[in-house]
Amino acid sequence: MARLVFRRIEQPGREYWAGLGVLAVLAMVGLWAAHVMELEGHVVTGMTNRVVWGLPHVFAVFLIVAASGALNAASIASVFGQADYKPYARLSGLIAIALLAGGLAVLVLDLGRPDRLIVAMTRYNFASIFAWNIFLYVGFVAIVAAYLVAMMDRELGRSDRWSKPIGWLAFLWRLVLTTGTGSIFGWLVAREAYDAAVLAPLFIASSLALGTAASIPILAACGRALGEPLLADDMLSRWQRLLAIFVAATLYFTALHHLTNLYASAHHGIERFLLLEGGGITQLFWIGQVGIGGVLPLALLLLSAPTMARLNLAAIMVLVGGLAQFYVVIIGGQVYPQTLFPGMEITSSFHDGEIAPYRASFYELALGLGGAAFALLLIGIGAALLPFLPRHPAR
Amino acid sequence: MSAPDRRELLRGLAGAATIALAPGVTLHVFEAQARAPDQKVSAKTRWGMLIDVGKCGDGCTACVEACKTENGWGGGTRSRTDAQWIRALTVRDPKTKAAVTLPMMCQHCANPPCVDVCPTGASFRRADGIVLVDKHICIGCRYCVMACPYGARSFVHEAVTDPKPHAPRGKGTVESCTLCVHRIDAGHEPACAEACADRAGGAMLFGDLNDPDSEIAKRVVRYRTVKVRADLGCDPGVAYRNL
Repeated sequence: MARLVFRRIEQPGREYWAGLGVLAVLAMVGLWAAHVMELEGHVVTGMTNRVVWGLPHVFAVFLIVAASGALNAASIASVFGQADYKPYARLSGLIAIALLAGGLAVLVLDLGRPDRLIVAMTRYNFASIFAWNIFLYVGFVAIVAAYLVAMMDRELGRSDRWSKPIGWLAFLWRLVLTTGTGSIFGWLVAREAYDAAVLAPLFIASSLALGTAASIPILAACGRALGEPLLADDMLSRWQRLLAIFVAATLYFTALHHLTNLYASAHHGIERFLLLEGGGITQLFWIGQVGIGGVLPLALLLLSAPTMARLNLAAIMVLVGGLAQFYVVIIGGQVYPQTLFPGMEITSSFHDGEIAPYRASFYELALGLGGAAFALLLIGIGAALLPFLPRHPAR
Repeated sequence: MSAPDRRELLRGLAGAATIALAPGVTLHVFEAQARAPDQKVSAKTRWGMLIDVGKCGDGCTACVEACKTENGWGGGTRSRTDAQWIRALTVRDPKTKAAVTLPMMCQHCANPPCVDVCPTGASFRRADGIVLVDKHICIGCRYCVMACPYGARSFVHEAVTDPKPHAPRGKGTVESCTLCVHRIDAGHEPACAEACADRAGGAMLFGDLNDPDSEIAKRVVRYRTVKVRADLGCDPGVAYRNL
């Protein structure tokens, strides 16, 4: 195999700068929204005491889960020895770090007291999966950074002596990380929609699908900035199959989760709500998560000849479906009332027993989009500063 | 007086004496020694409450109003975002339509999920069973609100004016019933229990569940009581009777 040569976006064109400008504005608007939320309090959001995690959490979890999966290309190259993916390994590391940074930024800025971040970094309750996740996220950034150094350093990058073991560590770490993120919900006994161990593998499958899906439009955009496509014909079909497998796995675990719940009559209420009577949530599940994010892209990926445009379309559909999925999990799981007295109806001034209304405010949307824009901004800047992109991608 | 002697004396003084005035009407007086500032909270005590739902009057909110006055919450107009430390919860059988109303607040669990999930340790359980939020290290992540099976926690959505010195509150942090820890440490019972005894049906009995001589411990043994969502294994410190 010919020695791989990497490049950066050396001569950014007008499109590149315009794109970067739009992302910077979106990120700044997100930062402003977070400032307003801190100044005025969460009263300016659509969140309530029944729906305490709103749209920012949907974006944050989406970005964090996708970050772990974005490392797929690097893992396939280093861990599974598929040299064809090596040209994309560096970029996949950059995407992984950037998406995680974007997700964490949203998570932190949505805290009631973001000014106390230092408290979260210095005081740990190790019974909390949240505290473990802080280590898992920071560790992931450090490991992927080391992985990038091992691949990109002139001396270290000559062989896979370092990149292979660090690649293994990164691979295992990201499985644990996504398990940790899924467990944030899976270990909640208080709410019927959660409290299911299958959420952890479901999150892993989602991460593989979303990370792969997120990488495809980024590869397309980088190819556009370089003036040459980064996914040649044979790799197009491989990426296509890869995405199809991960989307199918996500659908499988989603079906498993709901079928398991349907088997236990105690969970019939939440399942009836999510699958049949939940209004917007139900529509998001069937149309957004299952249709746009699952069945349609799967059909497109499996039944059509591979082209960059089709792969891109399928990837964007998977990403839209991923957002719908986390909206259904996070918001749907909260708007459905908690069961204090099984089999009884409850009412109170605190809106017990009611389906809680939730409509995200502009500030929440701005913060969520701002986090995504921040991640893409990091990728855009990184790709122009350092040689993350392959020069001879085909083989 | 040595520490063990002092503890002995405190145990002797602590307790709730109940005087039956007439059928269905009870007056109970809680008496305890104030805790000295240098005296550690002891795990020998487990503060708890027994609520006789049969004595809760229709539409009675004496406990809720007392808590508002004592701890300085309430008065807002946004029911979905305003904090509620205690609420009157109506439980109705959908088949028979039979209904009861009961006070619902932090159940001060022995195994509190809110404490388990808190990343910084801001949610904590005092040795004597009172579950609290350290307002100085709460980062406002709201994971405890997600984890509480009783919907007992509130997130402070906007600036708080004039908080009480003994009940600090702050925008961007989580709060819930403190069992009036400041009153307990001063040797008094929680404001809700006192108000219920003074102005309502005397449904709320407060005391030390670990002290076999206390009225609450005797009644918990004598009567059939229910703990809400006992199936979750949180072991609440609040029990309900006649539910």
